[in-house]
Amino acid sequence: MENNKLLQIMDLCVTYKTQEGLVHAVNNLNLEISDKETLGFVGETGAGKTTTAMAIMRLIPCPPGKIEKGKIFFEGEDLLKISDRKMRKIQGKDISMIFQDPMTSLNPVMRISEQIMEMILLHKKINKKEAYAEACKLLELVGIKKERADDYPHQFSGGMKQRVVIAISLACSPKLIIADEPTTALDVTIQAQVLSLMKDLKDEFGTSMILITHDLGVVAEICDKVAIMYAGSVVEYASKEKLYLNPSHPYTKGLFNSIPKLDTDEEFLEEIDGLPPEPTDVISGCAFNPRCPYCMERCEKEKPGITYLDKEHYVCCFLYENK
Amino acid sequence: MSKYLVKRIGYLFVTIAIVSFIVFMMLFFTPGDPATLILGNMSTEEAREAMREQLGLNSPFLVQYFNFVKDLVLHQDLGTSYITQRPVLQEILEVVPNTLILSFVAIVIAVVFGVALGIISAVRQYSLIDAIVTVFAMIGISAPIFWYGLLMILLFSVQLGWFPPSGFDTPSQMFLPCLALGIQSMSMIARMTRSSMLEIIRMDFVKMARAKGQKEVWVILSHVFRNALIPVITVIGLQFGMLLCGALFLEVIFSIPGLGRLMIESIKMRDYPVVMGGVFFMSLCVTIVNLITDICYALVDPKIAKS
Ligand SMILES: Nc1ncnc2c1ncn2[C@@H]1O[C@H](COP(=O)(O)OP(=O)(O)O)[C@@H](O)[C@H]1O
Ligand SMILES: [Mg+2]
Repeated sequence: MENNKLLQIMDLCVTYKTQEGLVHAVNNLNLEISDKETLGFVGETGAGKTTTAMAIMRLIPCPPGKIEKGKIFFEGEDLLKISDRKMRKIQGKDISMIFQDPMTSLNPVMRISEQIMEMILLHKKINKKEAYAEACKLLELVGIKKERADDYPHQFSGGMKQRVVIAISLACSPKLIIADEPTTALDVTIQAQVLSLMKDLKDEFGTSMILITHDLGVVAEICDKVAIMYAGSVVEYASKEKLYLNPSHPYTKGLFNSIPKLDTDEEFLEEIDGLPPEPTDVISGCAFNPRCPYCMERCEKEKPGITYLDKEHYVCCFLYENK
Repeated sequence: MSKYLVKRIGYLFVTIAIVSFIVFMMLFFTPGDPATLILGNMSTEEAREAMREQLGLNSPFLVQYFNFVKDLVLHQDLGTSYITQRPVLQEILEVVPNTLILSFVAIVIAVVFGVALGIISAVRQYSLIDAIVTVFAMIGISAPIFWYGLLMILLFSVQLGWFPPSGFDTPSQMFLPCLALGIQSMSMIARMTRSSMLEIIRMDFVKMARAKGQKEVWVILSHVFRNALIPVITVIGLQFGMLLCGALFLEVIFSIPGLGRLMIESIKMRDYPVVMGGVFFMSLCVTIVNLITDICYALVDPKIAKS
């Protein structure tokens, strides 16, 4: 194990038992993130992004969910092996999470100051008064007047609520923040504000971040590394520059082709043929093969392993195996 | 909050005014001549007429209603019993403590156990204990209150001899009727708590609380339960009215000298002022409980107090 890695996920498999059958939400996922890095985690709806995030927090609802196998190393310790008690010390303090929908991620019957203080009091040895003062400071930090600390969530707009959630997630200066599509539920104009706030605060606090999104534009703006996820596993991983210059996996290429380009006169956007697989389907070989324009005979039989294109760029595709 | 409170108390008075009107109307339009009831069949027509004049029964409807309200407000006077010739209010106040104790203890039993069982079966959804609670709650909801009273007398008094079957002076006498009265509400509250908890437990802010590293017990109590309480309060408020009704039956079954027995005796004797007084008193209790419910709402749900 390399030491400079903050988080390293190895061969993670998560399934959900549903009435339609077993859903393999995450399949042999490998991922890593270093100190102070921002990792963009990109994939379609249902790719398993949220499930991965919840697995890191050890919050997969069980039942129906189950972590079948894998290791999640955080600072050299396997989070899937430690006790609940130890995990609770890490949740919030070392790893915190921002959920997708700010409208529902705050408790409607608690003052926002209480909700921030809850986090502080759980992890810091200070009294209520000091915690309150700290909560006010955090609110100012995310651009909310401290006079509003005693208001309830319904008195805030969606963007403001997400700011409160950001304040909560930063309360204990965590080493890693997992932000699950933090701006998807917001208006476009608010999205940019919230994103730039997150970027600034992340730099200020020196935190690593996993930013889950399906928006490649957002990735271009604030990420260092990008992992492209398809049907439960990472199909390509690279630094942002390398990925944008040289997208390699056919799925990644498809994603980039489906973004409108302003500098060319193309009339139609290319789209990826076909639909993502049904959650309960088990596809033999490469999961992307039914939609892949370069599909070979081999792709239908074997699962491609990891091929390194260079040190910080790998892809799971047979096209690159021999190069 | 204070504005909300003033408004609610205003509603309380309006409700009481309407109830007093309805009660009076029932008194006015019930067939039967009060003078004959008081003086007996053998009395002369002159004596009856004099009695009617004395009772003010010859005045028009609205004048009579006005006098009724005036007596009620100024002298706390609900009229006089035809049979005993004593003030209705006095008759009611003598027996009402038993009814209130019975209902109060029953609702406390119902709330404490109903809420606890509801929480447990929500947290352990689909477990054995959830199944047991669900089955018993279903039975509890579907049978009428007086049936539990009869059943308990048969089992605990007649068969086992653990508790006395009648009276209401010692705790052991109070136990069976309070339990019998509480079962139905307890079942209802348990069901409501369970479904309300299950709805809240899937929400994002609950995951958020867990992601903070909060202990599961506190996640359930301070986040899930506080939100789940809002619909449960409604049910508790509604149950109290039902409970008061059930108390009347149980007083008869367990021979408890309470409002219910007084009213049923009075109905038999056609002592309408007492019956109406009882109805008025019960409505008053229900209205006050509704006010308390509304206040609890405002304490739990910040959205209500603000708007
Ligand atoms: N609680 C759950 N029960 C059953 N299936 C689930 C549950 N949560 C997620 N899934 C399934 O797991 C797959 C991945 O979901 P998710 O991780 O939410 O994807 P994403 O966040 O990328 O949109 C989906 O097919 C979804 O239907
Ligand atoms: Mg998601």
